[in-house]
Amino acid sequence: MKVTTHTTTDTLTLVLDGELDASSAVVLDAELNKPEILNYRKVLVDCQRLSYISSAGLGVFISHLQRLQDSDVKLVFFNMQEKVFNVFEILGLDSLMNIVPTEQEAQAA
Amino acid sequence: MTSHLRIACSRHNLQQVRDFVRSFLMAGHRNDVIVNQVVLAVDEVVANFIIHANGEDANQFLDLMLALTEHRLDIEIEDQGHTIFIPSSVAPNPDMREYIRQGRRGGMGMALVSRIMDQVEFFERDAHTVCHLSKTLG
Repeated sequence: MKVTTHTTTDTLTLVLDGELDASSAVVLDAELNKPEILNYRKVLVDCQRLSYISSAGLGVFISHLQRLQDSDVKLVFFNMQEKVFNVFEILGLDSLMNIVPTEQEAQAA
Repeated sequence: MTSHLRIACSRHNLQQVRDFVRSFLMAGHRNDVIVNQVVLAVDEVVANFIIHANGEDANQFLDLMLALTEHRLDIEIEDQGHTIFIPSSVAPNPDMREYIRQGRRGGMGMALVSRIMDQVEFFERDAHTVCHLSKTLG
């Protein structure tokens, strides 16, 4: 699992590459735990190369979502593969999290 | 068709487990979403055995057996350690709004497994814990 970041003035984009499981979730958790993340208006998560997510990966996003919302930071997922989106659907997270098809829609969200 | 894998109890072996299940199922040219669901169910049970039953002790082992007959898939995961690990309660309908509000990161794995598989059963055999999963594949 590789996480790379791009920043603009008010947006942090996390590009996920690989499989997010109980072993690799710590890498993502470290990124979302950085205090400066609350300085952005949006955190966009590019999931194009995210080929797998387990409950440990979902748990990382869930554990940070309220903190981000409390600080008015929007968390938006985009470019998600169907099989990864399906994992969010199984738990009903697709209706509780902001998941959009494209980067343009994520930027406009 | 059957296939067997033994792994040491390290979370670094989860990738090997997923690759094993994927290659077994992809031989039948199945739908990517269904294959991923079964891979996820096995990954969740194995991660529980590694982390919660064996405390990530790499000297302990798990045996995985996959069997496909017609359209029925049977999976057996046997913990070779001597701690009996039977998950006490599986929340079939976790309140995800509440999980988000609490910032809770655990407790979803077995809910996923029970929603994906047709049958989920943990039992004791010869002083070891065994998990049996089954699903009818289209």
